[in-house]
Amino acid sequence: MNKTIKEDVSIVLSGEAGQGIQTIERLLTFILKREGYYVFATKEYMSRVRGGSNSTEIRVSSKPVKSYVDKIDILIPLTKSSVEHLGDRVNEDTLIIADNDSLKLENKNLFNVPILSIAKEIGNEIYANIVAVGVILGLFKINIKTIEEYLRERFGDKGEKIVSDNIKAASEGYKLGKDFSENGEIKIEISANETLKDDLLISGTDAVSLGALAGNCDSIFAYPMTPGSGVLVDLADFSKNFDILVEQAEDEIAAINMAIGGWYAGARSMVTTSDGGFALMEEGLSLAGMIESPLVIHLAQRPGPATGLPTRTAQEGLNLAIHAGHGEFPRLVFAPGNLEQAFYLTQKAFNIADKYQIPVFILTDQFFVDSYYNVKKLDLSKIENKKYFVETAEDYKRYDLSKAENGVSPRGIPNFGKGLVIVDSDEHDEEGHLTEDLDIRIKMVEKRLQKYDALKDDFVSPEFFGNENYKYLVVCWGSNYNVVKEAIENIDNKDLAMLHFSQVFPFPENAVEFLVKAEKIIDVENNATGQFAKLIRAETGIKIDSKILKFNGMPFSVEELTAKIREELQ
Amino acid sequence: MSERKNIFSLENEKELDIAWCPGCGNFGILNILKKALEEMEEITPNNFVLVSGIGQAAKIPHYFKNNAFNGLHGRALPVAFAIKATNPDLYVVAESGDGDMYGEGGNHFIHNMRRNVDITNIVHDNRVYGLTKGQASPTSPQGMVTPVQVNGVILNPFNPIAVAIANGATFVARAFVGDMQNTKEIIKKAIRHKGYSLIDLFQPCVTFNKINTYAWFNEHTYKLGEDYDPSDKMQALQTAFQEDKIPLGIIYEEKGKPTFEEQLTIYKQNKDPLFKRSIDVNKLEGFINSMR
Repeated sequence: MNKTIKEDVSIVLSGEAGQGIQTIERLLTFILKREGYYVFATKEYMSRVRGGSNSTEIRVSSKPVKSYVDKIDILIPLTKSSVEHLGDRVNEDTLIIADNDSLKLENKNLFNVPILSIAKEIGNEIYANIVAVGVILGLFKINIKTIEEYLRERFGDKGEKIVSDNIKAASEGYKLGKDFSENGEIKIEISANETLKDDLLISGTDAVSLGALAGNCDSIFAYPMTPGSGVLVDLADFSKNFDILVEQAEDEIAAINMAIGGWYAGARSMVTTSDGGFALMEEGLSLAGMIESPLVIHLAQRPGPATGLPTRTAQEGLNLAIHAGHGEFPRLVFAPGNLEQAFYLTQKAFNIADKYQIPVFILTDQFFVDSYYNVKKLDLSKIENKKYFVETAEDYKRYDLSKAENGVSPRGIPNFGKGLVIVDSDEHDEEGHLTEDLDIRIKMVEKRLQKYDALKDDFVSPEFFGNENYKYLVVCWGSNYNVVKEAIENIDNKDLAMLHFSQVFPFPENAVEFLVKAEKIIDVENNATGQFAKLIRAETGIKIDSKILKFNGMPFSVEELTAKIREELQ
Repeated sequence: MSERKNIFSLENEKELDIAWCPGCGNFGILNILKKALEEMEEITPNNFVLVSGIGQAAKIPHYFKNNAFNGLHGRALPVAFAIKATNPDLYVVAESGDGDMYGEGGNHFIHNMRRNVDITNIVHDNRVYGLTKGQASPTSPQGMVTPVQVNGVILNPFNPIAVAIANGATFVARAFVGDMQNTKEIIKKAIRHKGYSLIDLFQPCVTFNKINTYAWFNEHTYKLGEDYDPSDKMQALQTAFQEDKIPLGIIYEEKGKPTFEEQLTIYKQNKDPLFKRSIDVNKLEGFINSMR
């Protein structure tokens, strides 16, 4: 059997938790990126530490790739159940590279590679994943020296024996992969580009975390919850190099109150969590609303209700983020669509929160935070952080109505200036002392809500993509940016365009002109009720009948979305 | 000292519409705390933050002249912790009632001791829920009849002193508002103690707790003698369980244990509070580029 794969290859590795799939993902993506390829990787996994069936998809291409595809060109199963786990994604076009002496699979496209026995010869079955890495890199005929260098970098601190064993495992696999390529059985033809070496390779988690650093985040308080905890781990790692206070709180309620306490003392604090954890934080959100505290909340969505599907993806938290908290107070919700947006919007979130003294959300999801791809240089020259707190005078009043602009009174912090800073979760007077005066109540509510108007100055407009004279407009938000874009590029119809919202609330008013121009609006979301379509209806009166909704816990694939949008064009 | 007299009192103190019942133990606590602060030269209304939760005790910051954060029910400790951790220059006292600190905020009570952050936690312990009209609190005695516990409290009362000692708190004291002089000295020592300090401060609720009155506390408490050694942890634990005569004073004190903030690398080289710091964009750029 001879097969040539051109331009774009999808490689899937599947096995049990604990078999080193994530190590493979990391090694392959970084080495391939360094060799000048565009790469994309995303994983799906079960809620367990060992066993089960997990997989990682790695797309390698000569053009930018940023979304998930169903197709599997090359599958490397590390367990027998892997093939079954992947279902229809494995078909007659899928090449399977497996250690069939142990797996005993029946498939006509099977290449038997003694992955396990090679690993055992080297000394341990755990090297099987590195042998598999070697096979793939052999197919690409990557310079073996690059692989050795990377393994040395990655495992150097574990001692020379571990490094040399890893190199041996990779080299043995490499020879086999290279043989497949040279004798024409599996040929991969993808052009590499030297300049891509300088690209960054980061995940959604990294993008949010680096954005937080760039936004001068100096403290994070969180209780671990998948998939939000990656940002906690990232910032803990960054705290080795930067001044960040990282504290794992006893629960989410503590975490959000800590973050608010941090802002009160002038720090720039954030929390990171998922929907269920955020549900616990609601009361704290309301506190931030009442005392007019800045706050940054990273909420990585996953399917609910309750614990739902803990390790899967969803866009079910939109209503939660918009409506959480009792009482009426302003907030802002960003939903980045790609890694660059995640970086810049997270940075911006700290300044918006600080400027308007409101909570700002970064709404991502499991698929988004767990996906990697090439990113061009992040431009730090644009980064501008302004600290908005003021040095107080002796007569300082925290909620001074006379000094408020657009509802924003100057924010003092303790021990900076001569004034005192008093905040209260009860309705309060200008000084911050609790009051039951109903006239002051009206003034304070109006003052807080005024900020909604002010926020319009900082609206992040939706991003339009496609031909301006469209009939069909695909509307999406958050992590569906890349998959909708790729589907629209595939369909290549001049009547079709896309509008992506990275600020979902307050709803950007300038979106209306795009919506009214369309003959048909097609809403794409990862939830069952079309939460964003309902938001559009509520904010603009525009009713969206056509919805493509997916809520089984997996992201949209390019093929699936391409087909579904095509159906809508009939 | 005289120039510091009344520096923690509001100018309009006499006109204040204080929400407490006449005779409430909270008045005494307010006075004692003001006096203690006046006597502590290192503390000013500016470098001091009083954090509270919800309830009658939690209103105390409003009758004071200093920085104040009156937050949510049970949540004073996370706020106080973060204020201290992000700005160690501040003196931070978290003050609320027994329902707030031991009931709603029980989880934070346990874990802030483990942090040993340098804050002082004063709990107004009147053994009843006053603001919601007299239900049992975690410290209500067994048998106490209330509108909810109609046949008397059957739950075992929470022992904050024993829990604190067992949980690694480094300063654990009990005081009674009727004993002004000692209470003031305990408060000063607690604030000066490096690390988390707890004062379980008895305070009669004259409206809803007809059992634990001023007379009852006078009769059922005694002051620990000068020979009492608060550094002996086992003896302190035994003392924490004395019930017929309840000991007042510093029951346990452990000196020299590093505080939360002392152990943070962010303060090892640079003592500045976080609000004074900014990210070094060039360093960040180099760091991001290293992720290639």
